Amino acid sequence: MPSRLKLVRDNQNETLPDAGPANDAGPRPVPALMLPAAPSRAAAIARSSLAAVLPPLIGVSALILIWALVARGSDYLPGPGSTLTSAIELFSDPFYSRGPNDQGIGWNLLASLARVAKGFGMAALIGIPLGFVLGRFTKINAAFQPIVSLLRPVSPLAWLPIGLAVFQAANPAAVFTIFICSIWPMLLNTALGVASVPQDYLNVARVLRLSEWTVFTRILLPASIPYVLTGAKLALGIAWLSIVASEMLTGGVGIGFWLWDEWNNLNMEHILIAIVVIGVVGLAIEQGMNLIARRFDYRSN
Amino acid sequence: MTAYLEIDNVSVVFKARGKSFVAVRDVDIKVEQGEFVTIIGHSGCGKSTVLNVIAGLVEPARGGAVLAGREIDGPSPERAVVFQNHSLLPWLTAYGNVHLAVQRVFGSLESKAQLADRTHAALALVGLTHAKDKRPNEISGGMKQRVGIARALAMEPKVLLMDEPFGALDALTRANLQDALMDIQAKSRSTVVMITHDVDEAVLLSDRVVMMTNGPAATVGEVLDIDLPRPRHRLPLATDPRYHALRADILRFLHERQGHPVAA
Repeated sequence: MPSRLKLVRDNQNETLPDAGPANDAGPRPVPALMLPAAPSRAAAIARSSLAAVLPPLIGVSALILIWALVARGSDYLPGPGSTLTSAIELFSDPFYSRGPNDQGIGWNLLASLARVAKGFGMAALIGIPLGFVLGRFTKINAAFQPIVSLLRPVSPLAWLPIGLAVFQAANPAAVFTIFICSIWPMLLNTALGVASVPQDYLNVARVLRLSEWTVFTRILLPASIPYVLTGAKLALGIAWLSIVASEMLTGGVGIGFWLWDEWNNLNMEHILIAIVVIGVVGLAIEQGMNLIARRFDYRSN
Repeated sequence: MTAYLEIDNVSVVFKARGKSFVAVRDVDIKVEQGEFVTIIGHSGCGKSTVLNVIAGLVEPARGGAVLAGREIDGPSPERAVVFQNHSLLPWLTAYGNVHLAVQRVFGSLESKAQLADRTHAALALVGLTHAKDKRPNEISGGMKQRVGIARALAMEPKVLLMDEPFGALDALTRANLQDALMDIQAKSRSTVVMITHDVDEAVLLSDRVVMMTNGPAATVGEVLDIDLPRPRHRLPLATDPRYHALRADILRFLHERQGHPVAA
């Protein structure tokens, strides 16, 4: 129990300046208090952060070790060393452009993100307001429910041919795929959020005879924002999953196409790098959405 | 002659899983202006249903309610409700919650400054001026309920409806709020209908106690006049034989005549 012992000692130090204030002309309790306390506190912080970092570090190291062992006995799987060398080379010039089919990984990544942003943005513009309507009006909800239930489980890629047929071009078809797959979570979560606004709040609205618009702005909107943001987070996750696959099919510039292109080049290092990059970007998107959700959730501030 | 608030032969029928059942039957209650009436009964006896009929949140299957000569037809700010679980909007501050009601009721008649004055006055009335910028999750249960009362009073309702407003609070906080409520009611001369299952609360606060029989198909069993002089103070009343006699009357009704409901 070293930490508890430290704590007792700190307390004793804290009482010292109070014990003899008559001797001192100016009370200076701060240095007396801080000096002995600071190292032990810093040590405690260091210890707790080490405890937080150590297990994931061990996990990742173990994975790399297994990878290295497997790669040693494999003809096609590159090891961590050659992948790292390849990654350093790749990221030293991420924004080169040598024709439409040979661009830096940065451009590919940005192209994918732009498609996701477009598709997701349009899905939010339509899905969230529609979700409010469905959540608020049970009759309309009943009319839409079978359509939503039927279309929601369809793989986003199944929509790609329809997108290609309608738009006659690869890029809008990919955006359309993202739009279709990210609209459902936002629509359903928003509807759920609106439908699960506590009856108490709506009773308040009824007693006050608030107009439908006031009910929307003052009660439904703030109450359902956490649900809306959860829906948006799920939608972005699915969008990021789908964009890689649809780019493999549509080609052009994009991280999914790049990955497929490297497969055709049999550059396994680059495929592994692409997987890590896709994972890191997906994680960053999720964490960013978590931050936004925390910022706008009335329960957290 | 008709009373200020009259609940006339009200029956309420609920439908659940295709079956309908009678929650309350033939309820008659008359409340005079400025009177404090509590409705007491075992849980599940339809007390809240009666209150919701007055609030206009529940429509009776038969009968109706009349307030100040006008038939009650849907909810209205003239019948403000203090809900059991305070029902404050968690994303608004105490001030914001009260102001929403003030703005709705007086917004078209008064200036912004007057609306702000009303909001401040209502919060001051319940002693919460210092916490006006706090959100519901930053204040105690008793303070939340005070905000709920401030919000209801700020609407200047014709009748104040309270649905077990102190039921979820600890005994000391409850006593504290009961005293505050008696003060407020003495000052504002509000007409109050309150639901409770607390016998002491009923005797302490009310001019009359309406005792309801057990549900389903609950109805008014007895009405007891509480003729204790006002202002009332809980400490002297604790040893007052009249207080104990009234308390015993209610207990007798609840436990001897109504017993415990099967599903209690």
